[in-house]
Amino acid sequence: MEHGSAEDDSASTFSFTDEDHTLANTLRFSLNQDPRVTFCGYSIPHPSQPRVNIRVQTTGDPANEILKDSCQDLLMICQHARKTFEQVVQDFKNKQALEAMNMEQ
Amino acid sequence: MEKGSVWDLPDVPEGQLPPHIQLQRTRVHCNSDAPTHTENVQYSGAYSSLGVDNSLQLEQFRKNFRVDVIRLEKEEMEFDMVGIDPSLANAFRRILIAELPTMAIEKVLIANNTSVVQDEVLSHRLGLIPINADPRLFDYKSENDDPKENNTIVFKLHVRCERGSPRITVKSDELKWLPNGSEFSLETSAANSTSKPKTYTSFHTSQETLHDFSKKPIAPCHPDIILAKLGPGQEIELEAHAVKGMGKTHAKWSPVATAWYRMLPEVVLLKEVEDERAEKLVKTCPVNVFDIEDVGKGKKRAVVARPRGCTLCRECIREDEFKQDIALRRVKDHFIFTIESTGALPPEVLFTEAVKILEDKCERVITELS
Ligand code: SF4
Repeated sequence: MEHGSAEDDSASTFSFTDEDHTLANTLRFSLNQDPRVTFCGYSIPHPSQPRVNIRVQTTGDPANEILKDSCQDLLMICQHARKTFEQVVQDFKNKQALEAMNMEQ
Repeated sequence: MEKGSVWDLPDVPEGQLPPHIQLQRTRVHCNSDAPTHTENVQYSGAYSSLGVDNSLQLEQFRKNFRVDVIRLEKEEMEFDMVGIDPSLANAFRRILIAELPTMAIEKVLIANNTSVVQDEVLSHRLGLIPINADPRLFDYKSENDDPKENNTIVFKLHVRCERGSPRITVKSDELKWLPNGSEFSLETSAANSTSKPKTYTSFHTSQETLHDFSKKPIAPCHPDIILAKLGPGQEIELEAHAVKGMGKTHAKWSPVATAWYRMLPEVVLLKEVEDERAEKLVKTCPVNVFDIEDVGKGKKRAVVARPRGCTLCRECIREDEFKQDIALRRVKDHFIFTIESTGALPPEVLFTEAVKILEDKCERVITELS
């Protein structure tokens, strides 16, 4: 859900249900790292409500486009992290298996 | 760091941060009184006055990101994750603990319990038993769903301690998997005795025919968890229904015993520590971070041999003696991650699943915004 002014789309508040610090804090990180963002932050209005509000203000570009880009960035980071991790674990397992084989001989 | 005039600072090449700022940016400084520079500078324009771009560069990230596996066992792993922001490392940790599903006992139907353990205490104990079933093969069961073969696992527990025999200990291996579902019949269907009596579950097929459960029967991960003790004449008869859930609902669904990370400690000797002082320094550290090195001619010197083991107890900088000689720091983007699985899934699978969940969250936001 997005709350913003009708004429000016460069500042908006986005409200997500069923999300918490996990997503909001990572999004704040990637939003902050975007040079088009002048301000961003998030709040959880009440700890027993599963809701988080993310505020994005930009230098002029539409806020929701920038939020989308940030999500895209995060997605790429995650994918890279996962692929690297899987590769390294596989290598480690292969090495272990090789060592076990050498031990037997 | 010593105080001095700014005019004495050396020139720094364009596009680079001066060394002391770079140090503040990348390290937490653990001083004897309190840590400083604990914050992470996220804002893209934080260093624009110095001509340094702090924005996110995916290429740069791809180049710097690194993972090293230190230890990988059946239920536990330790690995280093380098070059990632703490917000992401923390997101992975949070997801591992609270948002990865597992199967856990949610409903217990007690037919008989004459043991000293009350029904509710026993049920709670049953709930906390890790169950060796891949949660990815099951669906969530909502309030109105019928318990089916794709969302419920049923276990039976029936133990009796005969009169005159010694007391027995009921362990988790007494939980027997019922692939055909519940065996307790619903009371309402008792009148109609011709058809198959209706039970508390409505399985269509045996779970043994699904996936490869016949090769790997579902059971508790550990056979030796004590559930109750029975005296002579006491008996427990019950059925336990396990469903899929998440750690944020109840910790019994958390797939990890714990998942945590710590930043890599960095111990730096700013000045040479020699001879007797070196010996003393080595003795000061309770976890043996320092070693002695012979530099010839009977001279000895302290070296930092095992900085990774440093617990940052700050014993070495507590007295004035070494305060000026040692810098204790933490590397802000180097995480030593440890995952202890409860047994349902191996730790390396848990981590990849956790990253996938964060990806799904991002995708959800993208589709919601488009
Ligand atoms: S802080 Fe403690 S563990 Fe670390 S080097 Fe000093 S004495 Fe050793």
